[in-house]
Amino acid sequence: MNCSEFLAQLGDFIDNQVPTGLVADLQAHLEGCEHCVITMQTTQKTIQIYRNHEIYDLPPGLRERLQAAILAKCKKGC
Amino acid sequence: MPIIQAQGTEEVHPDILLVNRAREGDVQAFEQLVKQYDRQVFRIAQHITQNREDAEDVVQDAFLKAYEKLGQFQGNSKFYTWLVRIAVNESLMRLRKRRTGRMVSIDEDVETEEGSMPRDLAEWRPDPEMLYGQTELAEILRKTIQGLPPGFRVVFVLRDVEGLSTEETAETLGLSVPAVKSRLLRARLQLRERLSRYFRKNEDGTK
Repeated sequence: MNCSEFLAQLGDFIDNQVPTGLVADLQAHLEGCEHCVITMQTTQKTIQIYRNHEIYDLPPGLRERLQAAILAKCKKGC
Repeated sequence: MPIIQAQGTEEVHPDILLVNRAREGDVQAFEQLVKQYDRQVFRIAQHITQNREDAEDVVQDAFLKAYEKLGQFQGNSKFYTWLVRIAVNESLMRLRKRRTGRMVSIDEDVETEEGSMPRDLAEWRPDPEMLYGQTELAEILRKTIQGLPPGFRVVFVLRDVEGLSTEETAETLGLSVPAVKSRLLRARLQLRERLSRYFRKNEDGTK
């Protein structure tokens, strides 16, 4: 397996969705390829960082305005 | 209004119980659903529209539309993914209004080859988030993801940030599963490449 073939499977590999028969080939490639190890680790870290950090907070007052709008709608008929 | 029944012995998702109560006129049950999902809907809308005012309007319109259409919710998908689908459509509509005369679709700019092969192959520092303060880090993450083509950004946000499955993301966006997988990988690799600038180990070991 070369780097392009590894890269084509990287998304599924990270998500544990690679067919069982292919896992050993991917792991064998990683053992001999430092570049692909780094690409995989930093890609996993990228996902983790975006998952763990809320970059857009809920604006203050939005929830209250939303609830008022729903109540108003309900009064018209719900 | 018909009540959604559990299939066989399957346990009913708590959201379905709230949806059923809301359908019977219990507005507090719907407010509970709002509290559970307003943050996520706002984040998705902000990521797509890139405009805070529009994102706030999307949150309001999406929840009101969901409330109106509760009767159409079949219960064969999760309430959350059904709500996200409404929010994505509302967000794209807002984006179109703002860019009058220009079609906006989630297919925009996805043909780019940028980032499909990794170029920056440096290792990152351990705990790279600790190199920056919270505000600075949030700014780096915002700036980096804003640079992605919308069709990659929305797939990454739904799949990796909001935790929808590949199939749910495909259904929400009207894309095939292979298209979602391909866009997701490209989005991840482009973000990785761009973040590497901030997080890589320098050769002399300094920040």
